[in-house]
Amino acid sequence: MKAPEKEILGTKMNHRHRPKITALVVDDNMVVRAIHHRLLQDLGIENQVAVNGKEAVDVHSSGQYFDLILMDMDMPVMNGIEATRKLRAMGIRSTIAGISSRSLEREKQEFMEAGLDDYHEKPLTADKIVSILHKISNHSG
Amino acid sequence: MNSNQLQHQVLYMRRSLFDQGYLDSEQLIQLEDLQDDANPNFVEEVVSLFYSDSARLIQNIEQTLSNRPVDFSRLDDILHQFKGSCSSIGAKKVKDACSQFREYCNAGNAEGCSRSFQLIKQEYETLRRRLESYFQMVKQAKAA
Repeated sequence: MKAPEKEILGTKMNHRHRPKITALVVDDNMVVRAIHHRLLQDLGIENQVAVNGKEAVDVHSSGQYFDLILMDMDMPVMNGIEATRKLRAMGIRSTIAGISSRSLEREKQEFMEAGLDDYHEKPLTADKIVSILHKISNHSG
Repeated sequence: MNSNQLQHQVLYMRRSLFDQGYLDSEQLIQLEDLQDDANPNFVEEVVSLFYSDSARLIQNIEQTLSNRPVDFSRLDDILHQFKGSCSSIGAKKVKDACSQFREYCNAGNAEGCSRSFQLIKQEYETLRRRLESYFQMVKQAKAA
């Protein structure tokens, strides 16, 4: 995504002078975490990372909130499906987008049914993030 | 080489990486788009992260393949990780070699796994050498 598009996105996201969007990247793969972190940063989104679903749940239990959660499916300790179910059971209403390399329809369906608002196949791109972000602005719009 | 020649060499090396199937052009461009004044070497940093993380995965594969009986489920988990990293940096040939390995895994074919593991290591090292040369050339071209 080039600079003018990023500027338009920034204007659209802040058209009501809301605070910056925050996000949580949940993925056990450090290369993926680094790239997703940078992708979000480049779009002006403050973000943190978690290495598995349990860490994602714990960070919410400590009282933190994020507008957007990018949730990987396959992770050790607690996977994305379980983490999404737990977060929704905790009353977390953030936009949760499942980001996975799985392509089977039934796996995607199970993930969606856990409480996702959106689903994208890896690799994540700036355009995919923008389409997810439009969902946030539409929900609160 | 003068500046123009260096630039041509960079473009040639880049085109070769794409045309010979080593790198996915779209993914590289995505990563390059994330470079700016504050993050001028992001691509090289991510590639470096890929290689240091993958070294661990390769070691795990070696160990798991040498155990008897072979734990194909564990191998598949490791390869899933490895494939995910390959996709992130657009390492096409390495990723394809991982897919081939996973097929042998699913079939419970240890010998097939060993053979495709040799291919993974080969493609992995070739890509490393090609990328090291490419990044070096990019730096030389910038400095010229």
